[in-house]
Amino acid sequence: MAAPATLLNSSVGKKIVMAVTGVVLSLFVLGHMAGNLQAFLPNGPAALDHYGAFLRELLHGTGIWFVRAGLLLAVGLHIWAYLGLTLKSWAARPTGYRVNDFEEATFASRSMRWTGPLLGIFIVYHIFHMTTGTLHPHFVEGRVYQNLVTGLAPVPVALFYILAMGCLAFHLWHGAWSMLQTLGLSHPKYLVARKAFAIVFTVLVTGGFVLVPLAVLAGMLK
Amino acid sequence: MRLTLTVWRQKDAKSEGKFVTYDAPDISPDMSFLEMLDVVNQRLIEKAEDPIAFDHDCREGICGMCGIVVNGNPHGPRRGTTSCQLHMRSFKDGDAITLEPWRATPFPVLKDLIVDRSSFDRIIMAGGFITVPTGNAPDGNAILVPKDCAERSMDAAACIGCGACAAACPNGSAMLFVAAKISHLALLPQGQPERYDRVLSMVAQMDEEGFGTCTNHGECSRACPKEIRQEFIAQLNRDFLWGSVFSRPKVAGGSGAG
Repeated sequence: MAAPATLLNSSVGKKIVMAVTGVVLSLFVLGHMAGNLQAFLPNGPAALDHYGAFLRELLHGTGIWFVRAGLLLAVGLHIWAYLGLTLKSWAARPTGYRVNDFEEATFASRSMRWTGPLLGIFIVYHIFHMTTGTLHPHFVEGRVYQNLVTGLAPVPVALFYILAMGCLAFHLWHGAWSMLQTLGLSHPKYLVARKAFAIVFTVLVTGGFVLVPLAVLAGMLK
Repeated sequence: MRLTLTVWRQKDAKSEGKFVTYDAPDISPDMSFLEMLDVVNQRLIEKAEDPIAFDHDCREGICGMCGIVVNGNPHGPRRGTTSCQLHMRSFKDGDAITLEPWRATPFPVLKDLIVDRSSFDRIIMAGGFITVPTGNAPDGNAILVPKDCAERSMDAAACIGCGACAAACPNGSAMLFVAAKISHLALLPQGQPERYDRVLSMVAQMDEEGFGTCTNHGECSRACPKEIRQEFIAQLNRDFLWGSVFSRPKVAGGSGAG
């Protein structure tokens, strides 16, 4: 018989790690999205630049590093759980079925394993694009609004951002729904509320994000 | 009815298997799915061919022995129905039907459509029991069980351990089976003494057997002939979280002075 499971050495424990770090990252994207929307304020350019300066100067410049360390830890644990769980699941079904008939599984639930790594690639690009400016041809340190507009002006870049937000939508939708089940918080009484929560949260976050590249493409932000 | 069956044939656990197609004419829509296979097998035997091996016992939908993946659906297209209780009227004349065994590493194929499900037995051995009070039979109704708990416990206890959940899961996860067994006992007073040890032991054994991990697709409940619900997986997760976070080191058992 196997030794009793613990939080970190079992499949269910890794799922809990996945869910908790998922909550952290979901709250981050919610905040990030709200921050971005300042671009649409009447004094958008100034508001966004001030917001960028505020984040960088928080707690004498250490605040942003605390947040970055926390996010890095959350992403690291999310990927650690992902690798452990995915490899275990693949090993459990080396021979597949000739005929597959999914009725309950959704495109979102079945694509989690792919939308995750795609988002990972996007995030690395996004950091080199908008944070360090390495991949941004017209990057000016501290000019957040201007960097946003010039960075998203090329159509392929804007489309890549929009596509990535599509991945985020599927990932968040199943993730938000799944997280409540994994943490044992789902209950038949709140089934409708749980579905509504997943949809509202996903639409709010990805909708808010995608408005920015769409507005740049449409020439509303310049 | 005339059907075309494409069946997974595998001589034994060590051999490579392959799909073989059989023509199955003169099938009555009133036959059960397994009776249809009996007819096909009889014809194979008369041609001195090896009949298709499949598991079955009670043929009443309560023993948990039968189980064939029919066109991608464990136990076939009807919800809440075992393979043996599936009838040919669920199919149309001329249908092509693909029959495959349960596919999961902890369910090795023994022959054709028969898999070894002793991994489930070992999960039960790891914790699917309660301490038995010895002495006289306890007074009936001495332990009060809320009606709602009794009902839900019985819903979970309806699991017949057929393995369709793990077969249906795109990840090959046995969470629904383990969740049913955990919930069945966790909802009753009699299950409380080992409640949190049980979930930790059974989950550890589930992992050791090589089952995959749950990503909340929900295919398991759809395939379950006893319609075990997703809420029991939430119950398992809840108990696991509580048990793993608050577990204490085991103290050596006393000799029990009395």
